Amino acid sequence: MRIKLEKRPEPSRLMLVVTPIASVLLTMAIGVVVFDLLGIDGFRAVVDIFISPILLSYKWQDVAVKAAPLIIIALGLSVGNRANVWNIGAEGQYIIGAVCAAGIGIAAGTTGGPLIILVMLLAGMVGGTAWATVPAALKTRFGVNEILTSLMLTYVATQVLGYLLSGPWKNPEGRNFPATAPLQPDQTLPILFPGTTVHLGIAIALVLPFAFWLLMSRSVFGYQIRVVGSAPNAARHGGFDSNQTVWLSMLIGGCMAGLAGALEFAGALKALNLGFPSGYGFTAIIVAFLGRLHPIGVLIAGIVLAITYVGGQVAQTTVKIPNATAGIFQALMLFFILASDVLVRNRIRIIPSRKSAAAAVRGE
Amino acid sequence: MQMTPEFFILAIVTIVGISTPILLAALGELVVEKAGVLNLGVEGMMLVGAIAGFATTVFTGNPWVGVLAAAAAGATSSLIFGFLTLSLNSNQVATGLALTIFGTGVSSLIGTAFVGRIVPQFGSIFPPELARDPILKVLFGYSPIVYFSIIMVVLVWWFLTSTRAGLILRAVGENDLSAHSIGYSVIGVRYLAVAFGGAMAGIGGAYFSLVITPMWAERMTAGRGWIALALVVFASWRAPRLLVGAYFFGVLVYLELFAKASGLSILPSQFWAAMPYLMTVVVLTLISMRDRIGLNAPACLGKPFLPAT
Repeated sequence: MRIKLEKRPEPSRLMLVVTPIASVLLTMAIGVVVFDLLGIDGFRAVVDIFISPILLSYKWQDVAVKAAPLIIIALGLSVGNRANVWNIGAEGQYIIGAVCAAGIGIAAGTTGGPLIILVMLLAGMVGGTAWATVPAALKTRFGVNEILTSLMLTYVATQVLGYLLSGPWKNPEGRNFPATAPLQPDQTLPILFPGTTVHLGIAIALVLPFAFWLLMSRSVFGYQIRVVGSAPNAARHGGFDSNQTVWLSMLIGGCMAGLAGALEFAGALKALNLGFPSGYGFTAIIVAFLGRLHPIGVLIAGIVLAITYVGGQVAQTTVKIPNATAGIFQALMLFFILASDVLVRNRIRIIPSRKSAAAAVRGE
Repeated sequence: MQMTPEFFILAIVTIVGISTPILLAALGELVVEKAGVLNLGVEGMMLVGAIAGFATTVFTGNPWVGVLAAAAAGATSSLIFGFLTLSLNSNQVATGLALTIFGTGVSSLIGTAFVGRIVPQFGSIFPPELARDPILKVLFGYSPIVYFSIIMVVLVWWFLTSTRAGLILRAVGENDLSAHSIGYSVIGVRYLAVAFGGAMAGIGGAYFSLVITPMWAERMTAGRGWIALALVVFASWRAPRLLVGAYFFGVLVYLELFAKASGLSILPSQFWAAMPYLMTVVVLTLISMRDRIGLNAPACLGKPFLPAT
């Protein structure tokens, strides 16, 4: 008996949906075993990380706040990834988005008025887009690898933030701590439910996936992205300009990352400090793939990843696992989802060995 | 500050130290890419190597054993990537990123038990009169891994250009279907290349935790794995140029240290910290403008091997 892979003519729709769920479940199962081996109550740890944020209703707002930036960034990235454009510098675009929003907020001070928050969000989108312009321009003009340039610019963005916080934007009343002064009340995003931390950015993160769904399924642009990704030669013959695809997908990725940064700043944190770069830009890559690069999938995957973040903090206090553990789980999920692609593209055939096949023929 | 000979020699020793881990990781990645595989997990494999080397040295008291463990750990983690991309044909870019995230998490998890521990240092392989001499230490005063890295540049270059096995590896990277039809095992060669890349990245990581700062700190490789990837492009996939590129990067980082230490700089320290990464972007662009690097890249780089069976 041996196992053979047969290429499917069309990717399996069933497998597209089943494999992400299976990846999460497998990750949980492995977690139980590995933690037990490490001498930690594995079952308890996995329940705390993956289930407790769902059961504890007071954790829901934390999940929502963490999911919003992940979903928004991943929406932008999934467009590019579909067309094989790899923007892995979303973290930098996210930082610059927040920096630009903060710049507007600080410049306006108390003179802003009610529209200032809109200008800040716009500035965040412009900033993130501008940061993504550099890798897009270098890729389309000179063929420079966008993976490397977009990532290098993330390190530069971190230093830009560090510079601003070390001097020009440092809160004069902040005891020399490298952070900006808290935002004026009219510069923060409205809270949707009084008494919670659920800000307007979360509503935006819930609506945007549906907008992206329409964009990807109904517009010529969405068609172009899908064709360029699945059949690059056909796309060239069909007259789709590959440079244009690179430009659009990089800029959309940067714009969304910048928006997420501005929302996180004006909605959740309300002041910038050196801890702002929290790795959402990288985790969003996992969200995009776990969501199968589909806007609605991204919405669900963003919530799942947010749960592991919140649950990781729960488990830190209950079973005393280090903070880094959530990252390992996230990476495992990505490994499984990438490995399971083989099931989407192929059918598994179990071929009986010659002897038993011969026996079957003889009717034994 | 006086520009004495001692000053310059100290500068050279520092620059060589900064460059060595990037050079090691880039040499490994060069071989991987020559076989047609793009492994973006270098940073993660370096971190796995860094903690494996550190932990082993804490337990055994012997940094040589630590380096071996780092190489083994780097190679093992690279085989996760190998299995997914080579046996299951998963997307190489995404899988490499996953490996980096995984390596970062694993090294942090294991590392929490080793924070604050100190490891014994490598002894000098030369007599102390030579290694400590203020002038001669420019030749004899380095960690053994530095000499290893330079020997490896020569060996990798020789392997790729002058041996039969190197020719097969390049054939697999340039035209996998032809190599397959002549009867070479494309997947087998790529597995070996990926494991070699992992081992070299692991040793590069161990250089951080055993030589540069003999202490454990989370994410101590600070993005140098990505610089190593950029270096392979910069070198147009040629080993000797990797040496030039790595040392050039070392000079940039040294400028940052010098600007901070001397207090001479009118520019903020963050400018100098961002400089190596900005320069990497600039240099990649200049290289691409000059000789359309696409021409030098292995033809099958990053593409899955799909034989028509």
